[in-house]
Amino acid sequence: MNQQPFLRIFTAPATLCAIGFLAAMVAVLQYSLRAYVPGSLDPGGFTLANFADLLKPLYARVFLDTVVVCAMTAVVTLIVGYPLAYALVRVEQPVLRSILLVIVVTPLFLGEVVRTYAWIIVLGNNGFINSLLMSLGIIGKPLQLMFTPFGVVVALVHVTLPVMVIMLAAGLSHIDRDYSRAAESLGAGPIRVFLTVTLPLSLPGVVAGTTTAFAWTFSAFATPQLIGGGRVNMISNLVYQLGFSSFNFPFAATLCVAGLALTALVLGLLQLASRPLQKIEVH
Amino acid sequence: MIPRSTYQRVLRLVGLLTVLVIIAFLVLPAAVVTIAAFNDKPILSFPPQTWSWRWFGRALAYEDFRQGFFNGLIVTAWSSTIALCVGGMFAFVIDRYKFPLKSAIEGILISPLVIPHFTVGLGFLILAAQVGLSRGFAVVVICHVILVLPFVLRSVYVSLRNLDQSYEYAAASLGAGPLRVLTTVTLPLLLPGLVSGWLFAAILSFNEFTASLFVTSQRTQTLPVAMYNYVREFADPSMAALSVMYIVGTAALIAFANAFLGLGKVLNIEQSH
Repeated sequence: MNQQPFLRIFTAPATLCAIGFLAAMVAVLQYSLRAYVPGSLDPGGFTLANFADLLKPLYARVFLDTVVVCAMTAVVTLIVGYPLAYALVRVEQPVLRSILLVIVVTPLFLGEVVRTYAWIIVLGNNGFINSLLMSLGIIGKPLQLMFTPFGVVVALVHVTLPVMVIMLAAGLSHIDRDYSRAAESLGAGPIRVFLTVTLPLSLPGVVAGTTTAFAWTFSAFATPQLIGGGRVNMISNLVYQLGFSSFNFPFAATLCVAGLALTALVLGLLQLASRPLQKIEVH
Repeated sequence: MIPRSTYQRVLRLVGLLTVLVIIAFLVLPAAVVTIAAFNDKPILSFPPQTWSWRWFGRALAYEDFRQGFFNGLIVTAWSSTIALCVGGMFAFVIDRYKFPLKSAIEGILISPLVIPHFTVGLGFLILAAQVGLSRGFAVVVICHVILVLPFVLRSVYVSLRNLDQSYEYAAASLGAGPLRVLTTVTLPLLLPGLVSGWLFAAILSFNEFTASLFVTSQRTQTLPVAMYNYVREFADPSMAALSVMYIVGTAALIAFANAFLGLGKVLNIEQSH
């Protein structure tokens, strides 16, 4: 008798999808090694010139900006997300918990455009914050919040927060509460229990959350495009601009490949740096 | 020294305030957009002097939004259903069987989680051009299937893990063939996982923006792409009105999913003790 019924039928569609996706990624890799023929949609012969172009100050600058924005967003999201994740896991009341969960999760599914648009209204010169501060007489003329790295990071933190909270909460919820109860019964105060028991045990969640936040921010397009307004450029914006304004798809592909390499490098380093921390985990 | 109980109460209060401030930050944009949507004036101003519903009518009547909404429904229906079938079947074999290239295929299908959407979009745009596929719905649907597949895989896989296989053994020992066991025992038990997987895939696909911007054309643009183009060109509150409808719709869906499926379980954040 067949020991693994349906194996072939069930694996075939997934394999097809995997091949299709792999083909798309190979297409990017292949284009990154082709020459750009101005005025033509078809690429020229094979060359490494695109990768040499990455070192030009203009492009190196965008890479640096991208990494700085991603790192800042990841760190701020972690600091803002931790208390919320903690509350989400520890709230006992079912109704309160559901409300909290819906508030946290809804933005995750709203999409980047709606959320970015909302931040334009909050941060704009005639926007909510400036109108509020001016009517209170705190400032005389509008603060420049749009088209600044600050505005971009604030909006990106908002975009990344739900994922961070979910990952942190997943980590926190799997900590055996007997550990903190034991520490309490031995006389440790709440802050001491948190710092010496809960926080170290939640570090795997922290690493997972920070890693994901970094990767998500790297992928953001609408937020830096609309709130950065050309003054804060990330790799995603450059890729789109190269592809759809100058039809330089080979160099756009090169940027994608370099971006992937960069994310892999940063995430790899983050994993490596966190390895000693994760040994603390007790089981 | 302060008595411990007072100290703990103060600590709780500080914690509560911190969480309230963070929630305010999370909710602020939605609240501000809602106020802006009811402003009668065609330009942004706070607080609105006169109120009106007219931007809601304008948003609903705007041709690009209508077209984008229906395109989005087409793309979402196809991609989430295909992803559910492909992902559901594959989650089943990952959970039950060992076979060559298992982790390789799984790895490739999970990888869109960490690959930027602009890279995925560019990849499918180039691939479509290479194989001579026009920029129609097919490319958009394929791209969306790949992007939502990791979520479906995870959702179905988690329910498979929680499934008690002894029901299947019981059915098999009573003489049911593998197909009969699958359709009358396994599938019904998996139903909540399949529904939540499909729902998440549908919501994510309907809202997907960056990759869609690369692979859609004027004819196939989805709602987020239409909204993006609108924001770049116009500043009236129609977009705010549409955002409000979007936020209310999504929150209702999430609340529904939470009530019927238990989001905590799906997201794996239930307290274990």
